[in-house]
Amino acid sequence: MDLFVHQVLAGLATGAIYACMALAVVMIYQAIDHFNFAQGEMAMFSTFIAWQLMEWGFPYWAAFFVTIGISFAAGVLIERTIFRPIHNAPILSHVVIFIALFVIINSFAGFIWDFTIKSFPSPFGTRPVLGQGLLSAHDAGMMAVVGIVLLMLYGFFRYTRIGLAMRAAAANPDSAKLVGVRVGWMLALGWGMAAAIGAVAGMMIAPVVFLEPNMMLSILLYGFAGAVVGGLTSPVGAVLGGFSVGVVENLAGTFIPYVGREMKLSIALALIVAVLMVRPSGIFGRKIVTRV
Amino acid sequence: MKTDTPATILAAQENAAPRARPWKAAIALVLLAALIALPLFSKNFFVFQLTLAMVYAIAILGLNLLTGFNGQFSLGHGAFYAIGAYTAAILMDQAGVSYVWVIPAAGVVCFVAGFLFGLPALRLEGTYLALATFALAVAMPQILKFSPFEHWTGGVQGIVIMKPDAPFGLPVNQDQWLYYFTLFTLILMFVFAYNLVGSRTGRAMKAIRDNPTAAKAMGVNLSLYKSLTFGVSALYTGVAGALSAIVVQFVAPDSFTFALSVILFVGLVVGGVGWIPGALFGALFILFVPHLAEGVSKGLAGAVYGIMLILLIFVMPSGAAGLLRLLFDRFTIVRRLFEGSSGRKR
Repeated sequence: MDLFVHQVLAGLATGAIYACMALAVVMIYQAIDHFNFAQGEMAMFSTFIAWQLMEWGFPYWAAFFVTIGISFAAGVLIERTIFRPIHNAPILSHVVIFIALFVIINSFAGFIWDFTIKSFPSPFGTRPVLGQGLLSAHDAGMMAVVGIVLLMLYGFFRYTRIGLAMRAAAANPDSAKLVGVRVGWMLALGWGMAAAIGAVAGMMIAPVVFLEPNMMLSILLYGFAGAVVGGLTSPVGAVLGGFSVGVVENLAGTFIPYVGREMKLSIALALIVAVLMVRPSGIFGRKIVTRV
Repeated sequence: MKTDTPATILAAQENAAPRARPWKAAIALVLLAALIALPLFSKNFFVFQLTLAMVYAIAILGLNLLTGFNGQFSLGHGAFYAIGAYTAAILMDQAGVSYVWVIPAAGVVCFVAGFLFGLPALRLEGTYLALATFALAVAMPQILKFSPFEHWTGGVQGIVIMKPDAPFGLPVNQDQWLYYFTLFTLILMFVFAYNLVGSRTGRAMKAIRDNPTAAKAMGVNLSLYKSLTFGVSALYTGVAGALSAIVVQFVAPDSFTFALSVILFVGLVVGGVGWIPGALFGALFILFVPHLAEGVSKGLAGAVYGIMLILLIFVMPSGAAGLLRLLFDRFTIVRRLFEGSSGRKR
């Protein structure tokens, strides 16, 4: 029982990473109705920007907020320049562009900062908070940051005019246009916010997994798994989904011989396929009914 | 943009296809003669590269049957390529099966794997399917490294295979023989694909792509045809994987990463979704353009590649298929104008 509790706690700690990423995935899914396969690379690039700023002597929190600003602008820019002209094109074109962005960003990061592993500082320190090596200060801080981001998102969508406009643009673009919402810009705003949340996720994750251009591929997969488990329409669900993916991964690693330790990515695969089969809308998502 | 989807362009092409065009047969014959003569006059490394291009063409053709003719997505065909390659390598390495027989065996194994993966994937549409297959592709190298299977798969080290000699004392070296062997398989697979697409089954596949609800109302068994297509598509890719194992003489988990799936997908889009010969163009692109990109800038090869992809989507969304069609139309218009004016003079 003791082992079980310990593993659940350790799972929550890794789950916080996935929750960050899942939140970013859901944000962009809400805005554009697609999975952004370049999301992980965008977060990685933002994290490199933060690292570079700190190398230039910025204090942590200054670098943190400047990076969020830059990422937001970059997200808006990507939407305006690349996705705006093809917003009516078939899904296939979108997927190709995501893949192209993935390669471009990855290649640029490797070109500018090379492929050696860099360490990234944690603002919360690494001393243990709970038990020995179970929950470090950074893990606890990461959970707090995820909570804060979630609260801010809730407040934004629930209580601000622009949040309301974004919800309208996503739910019914035509009607939103008729009442004067600029749907195109709402999309760009969604991209910007997703990029900013991705940047937060990247900067929280980097102290744990170290910084290098390929750090995000497996984390993105877990982020997708978390988002799908929780439901793609619900930010709260995505966060809880991310935490549960972390716990499931850790428990499987401890209690299932071989499979858990060596096939961690397959656990994410199995979770995605299982949830999509049994309950495609996720645990917290609402059902989407389409009219034919 | 909306009316210009690959599907509509293709519909137009398909309607035009049944009319016999003698020049089409002529082009095919000239091409075939050139392909047969080529290895006799080129360096071994070039022959090897062309063989690899044909292998990719088979894999892309498989992906095209799925995406172009059935409207399903896959970012995970690298996984089936891996299953095919490993089936071939294990059969040759452990059981001593001849390279000729491991290819149909790999096809059958991949058909079953694809069919089984297609069953749950049936409920998924568009980007969801892309997501599930993305997960498959990312997870594949780990599955191949799984230690209880190490006895067969060779773990991280992989398996080394011997290159086969030409049979019947033919006066060609090993590379040339593999080239002809691959060419033969390629032609077989293309003929099969043409026949499949033109058959009743092919029409059912296309009906599902164009309008699933209407297809269902017409009595097409959606789940059966969708998983069958997934199976056939995996079969093609598995055959390509098996050929690649023989040609490269080596399989290892890290040759089958997510990057491979991306490459196949890119080849599909470049060649033209839903146009069978497009697979050839796509294969040449994914084999030679990365080298060109490296020529532009060594460190930024990936970026150059990506930018080319974006330009392609903006300028030529239906790939090589669209480009050729455009050229052909221009040609026809010019000819008609010419004939029209000379007619008036008479």
